[in-house]
Amino acid sequence: MRALTWHGKHDVRMETVPDPEIVNPGDAIIEVTSTAICGSDLHLYDAVIPGMQRGDILGHEFMGRVVDTGLSSTLKKDQRVVVPFTISCGKCFFCDRKLFSACDNTNPVEKQDVTEALFGHSVSALFGYSHLTGGYPGGQAEYVRVPFSNVGPIVIPDGMEDEEVLFLSDILPTGWMAAENADIEPGDTVAVWGCGPVGLFAIQSALVMGAARVVAIDEHSNRLALARQLGAEVIDYKQTHVLEALMEMSGGLGPDAVIDAVGMESHGFAPDTIMDNIKQTVGVGADSGHALREAIMAVRKGGRVSIPGVYGGFQDKFPLGAMMEKGLQIKTGQTHVQRYIKDLLYRIREGELETTFLISHRLPLEDAVEGYRNFRYNQNDWTKVVLKPGQQKAA
Amino acid sequence: MSNPYRTTPHSNEGSALWPILALGASVVSLAFLTQRFRAERTSRAIDDAPLLSAHRQDSGRYALTGRTVTIAKPRQDLYRFWREFSNLETFMENVRSVEVDGDLTRWVIAAPAGKEVSVETRITDECTNDFIAWRSTPASDIETEGRVTFRDASGNRGTELEAHIAYVPPGGEIGLWIAKAFQAEPTMQGRRDLKRLKMLMETGEIATNRNRRTPA
Repeated sequence: MRALTWHGKHDVRMETVPDPEIVNPGDAIIEVTSTAICGSDLHLYDAVIPGMQRGDILGHEFMGRVVDTGLSSTLKKDQRVVVPFTISCGKCFFCDRKLFSACDNTNPVEKQDVTEALFGHSVSALFGYSHLTGGYPGGQAEYVRVPFSNVGPIVIPDGMEDEEVLFLSDILPTGWMAAENADIEPGDTVAVWGCGPVGLFAIQSALVMGAARVVAIDEHSNRLALARQLGAEVIDYKQTHVLEALMEMSGGLGPDAVIDAVGMESHGFAPDTIMDNIKQTVGVGADSGHALREAIMAVRKGGRVSIPGVYGGFQDKFPLGAMMEKGLQIKTGQTHVQRYIKDLLYRIREGELETTFLISHRLPLEDAVEGYRNFRYNQNDWTKVVLKPGQQKAA
Repeated sequence: MSNPYRTTPHSNEGSALWPILALGASVVSLAFLTQRFRAERTSRAIDDAPLLSAHRQDSGRYALTGRTVTIAKPRQDLYRFWREFSNLETFMENVRSVEVDGDLTRWVIAAPAGKEVSVETRITDECTNDFIAWRSTPASDIETEGRVTFRDASGNRGTELEAHIAYVPPGGEIGLWIAKAFQAEPTMQGRRDLKRLKMLMETGEIATNRNRRTPA
């Protein structure tokens, strides 16, 4: 089959690799009909996440048709399914408590040693991501082996288009959980750093959950326009002092809740960012965290900090004092996709959530390398890329 | 490591003398520190942590390894599965074969550098659904004993399964020293084996990222 593989920093390739097979009884094989490039794939593209190996198949937002099933899979051939990016067993202590991304049993044991050394504990496996999270072959491919297929994939009713439901795999539940982690109360002002797909879905979710105002922060005019279209007020951090603006816009109080939908490759011309970037470049591994630091400084006393942005290591100059002295609550984590996916499918069907507005480009899978390059370097115009396997490469 | 008790000579006079003084001072301070550490060790309160997590273990000629894992299954199920020793092959990576012969069990275990060792064990004590203890017979390549304990975990979390293995590393004192220095290997193996058991018991399969049953 054809698949997008990782070979190093800014080096991804379309290659022909062996088709997957059923290996374990809970497996299903999915023929991918739509797959997307995620902002967190750019962390792999930029090689800032440890534990990648040459030849790894990327992609963790995908859906498709069931073509084969293992002995204990309850899926049936020809069903259309969306597959969560988190692989969860559904049986362990954590799955039982709906902490699906903390699943004990999906990350292969030989992969867990390094994760335990780095994080203290191993976490659930993810598709198409670092070997810290299992090194499972991902969904930017024609076929995917989906383990524990009884627990993750959700069957899509007839009549719904791929693009309406594809983002149930990751970014929609991720944005939703980000807003949920902000514990929004009526009348709240919520500030969101980053108007990428997760930020945009967090904005939409926060408004559905009853936020009075959402203020969105980014530098790209197209992304700010999408945020405004959803109902947010926007701040361009390249022309505005963010902390001052947020204080003024919230009547001198500070936002009640803040959401860092940026993660470890934060930009912004500030001394901390420059130091972080130097350290990332020389490989002493500090996560860049300008957005998170700014969010913690901005949020009101006793406020809530939600972090859907991806971090993989350590952060310097973390404003621990502000966190303690202001009495902040922090909630974060990889998304417990299986906890939200059914409810969100229902909300899409009911028209409560709009999911296709952010797609800027649709490409054949064969053009995935171009897709990565543009999504990385032309972020204003390329807000979300959907890839279609089986289509001819564009001329 | 800096030594806060190190003494230095007061002057440079009699330069031939000062290495001797320095040596004497080192010996005195070393003796002092050793005394102090020893006193500190004996004056420490006895804590409730498992022996295996102590900074230093007095296990004589034995090397110790072990691990506890919580499995969301009843004690009886886990005991029954473990007691059928041929089942251990399914999740213990280094166990090549298991053969049960009356009250003896013969194991072929993969050893470093592509070698294999054979071990014959006899159950020394057991209590249904509680624990199983075993010890190697003289017919074994290595001397080892072990114990697996099954306890109800709190709050309906299933069973805490604790496995401890003591073994005399081949090569006597030096072998023990090497085994301790490189203890990562058996410890890591044990940890991985118990995680595989947990996967198998809780989900019915052992997770793998392999995309094919056989190499393509």
